[in-house]
Amino acid sequence: MAIGVKVVARPIEQVSYMRATLKGMALTFKHLVNPHKVTTQYPEEKEPISRRWRGTHRMLTDETGKAKCVACGLCPQICPANCIKLVPGEDEEGNRYPLVYEIDEFRCIFCGYCQEVCPEEAIHVGRHYENAEYSRAGFVYDLERLTAQTHPVCEMWDPDDPKGE
Amino acid sequence: MSWSLAFALLQVADPQLPPVSTSVFVIATVIKMIVVFTVLMVGVALLTLAERKISAWIQDRHGPNRVGWHGLLQPAADGVKNIMKEETYPDAAYLPLFVIAPALAFIPAMLTFAVIPFASPLPTGGGLIEMVVAPLPIGFLYILAIASLGVYGIVLAGWASNNKYSLLGGLRSSAQMVSYEIAMGLSTIAVLLLAGNVALNDIIWQQATTVWNFFGLAIAFVIFLIAAFAETNRLPFDLPEAESELIAGYHTEYSAMKFSLFFIAEYSNMVTASALLVTLFFGGWDIPFTLWDNQAPWSVVKTIVTGLAFAAKVLFFLFFYMWIRWTLPRFRYDQLMSLGWRILLPVSLVYIVVIAGTLLILDLLGVRPGALHGVILGVVNIVLAGVLFLVLDSGRIISPASRRLRADQLRRLRAMRSRSPLATPGGD
Repeated sequence: MAIGVKVVARPIEQVSYMRATLKGMALTFKHLVNPHKVTTQYPEEKEPISRRWRGTHRMLTDETGKAKCVACGLCPQICPANCIKLVPGEDEEGNRYPLVYEIDEFRCIFCGYCQEVCPEEAIHVGRHYENAEYSRAGFVYDLERLTAQTHPVCEMWDPDDPKGE
Repeated sequence: MSWSLAFALLQVADPQLPPVSTSVFVIATVIKMIVVFTVLMVGVALLTLAERKISAWIQDRHGPNRVGWHGLLQPAADGVKNIMKEETYPDAAYLPLFVIAPALAFIPAMLTFAVIPFASPLPTGGGLIEMVVAPLPIGFLYILAIASLGVYGIVLAGWASNNKYSLLGGLRSSAQMVSYEIAMGLSTIAVLLLAGNVALNDIIWQQATTVWNFFGLAIAFVIFLIAAFAETNRLPFDLPEAESELIAGYHTEYSAMKFSLFFIAEYSNMVTASALLVTLFFGGWDIPFTLWDNQAPWSVVKTIVTGLAFAAKVLFFLFFYMWIRWTLPRFRYDQLMSLGWRILLPVSLVYIVVIAGTLLILDLLGVRPGALHGVILGVVNIVLAGVLFLVLDSGRIISPASRRLRADQLRRLRAMRSRSPLATPGGD
């Protein structure tokens, strides 16, 4: 013991190694025979996620299977991470549509502004979180991929129904 | 030698008597070696899984459950992984010892098991085969000799790695093993006093005919148990490894199968220590409350049943090892030394005197070894255990290496310090 270190006298029942040992062994044995298992066996069972979960994007389509997007340019405008690339095009009838629509999911911060700002309710963030890819390039989702995704989409927060009931 | 002659040699003996022909002895020994080695290795592999499973259950987890049914193939996966991995050699390591150290750690653990009887003798056509690889008459002395070799593997591994953490781990292990070997050896003297022999079979016979030693020699059992934990470097005495402070200590620099060999050595040491505990204090392969299994005529059924009894007892202690490991935190170094030298050593010394005295008194009173003899010893032990518990319970085990200084001692030390050439003007 170093000189001058203050030693607080404690009652024996607090410093007894033997009693602490026996108590500890009783505790571990209790857990051994009656474990309170809380592990979720992940790939087999999954925890439910919130209805407002914001994951990888989905582009909704109309009845003909075309993307609903009208290439208005609001989503690349509002995107704080600047991860949406949009090149607008126009067909013979004057309807605008996206020639190129790419979202870099690596840059995306999943704020959900694109969904909120979209006048056509075309782009959505999705309730989905298993996004592993073998290459970085795989994380740039093009229009085809965005429309092909099938996972449920996020329900945005509604000021009239703040608790989502 | 023609086959007919070999066949004739195998046929001549009485099943209830030791084999007369050397060839029977050689063949039986080779078979026993192979069987014991295989069972031990498979057991060790399964123990690694058991350790992880038990730790998981204690911590409210599931443990490995991906490879095979409930993770049963995990040891195989680990083995394959360790064999496929790259062997790395530190640049500055001393290669000859670096390579040989894992084997040095592993071999003594295997050697010790050779003399432990694991079942009653098996009658065969060639004669009565003792169920122990090497039925040495000096069994226990052999165990003490071999067990102290185990430290070489660890110390040399630590030294040859040329790594400061490894070296510290190796040094710690040598200090720890040397300290606890003494208490271990002294605690067994009481067993030898009672058995009157160092042959393990005689120790088992003595326990079978009276009471098991864990009752008659309870304190020796406790000391031996603690020392066995220290000798096998298991928590709470895993200072040589000490993941959190020494980064796995002596095997920091080891990889692949050499690392795995240290693991195998640790688990085989555990098996051997458990088997030793069972043999010395829990009657070995004896089945309690009956002499049926200890006497001739021997039969195959007796061999199997006693073998199972032995396995059950060993498994209990292996479980106990794991239970302790996942309950207690590691000792601090000074606490370790203090427990070994200031508590276990004096207690075991005093205990030898007390037991020898008790045995002498019982002998003078004409109480022959038997039930009454055992009960008297048991009562003596209960009283001693009570006293020991009261003394040790006063917070002494985890107290620091020395007590708080008194005021006058403090003044003297401060005066000495001011005269020292190292003293600084400020006094600090």
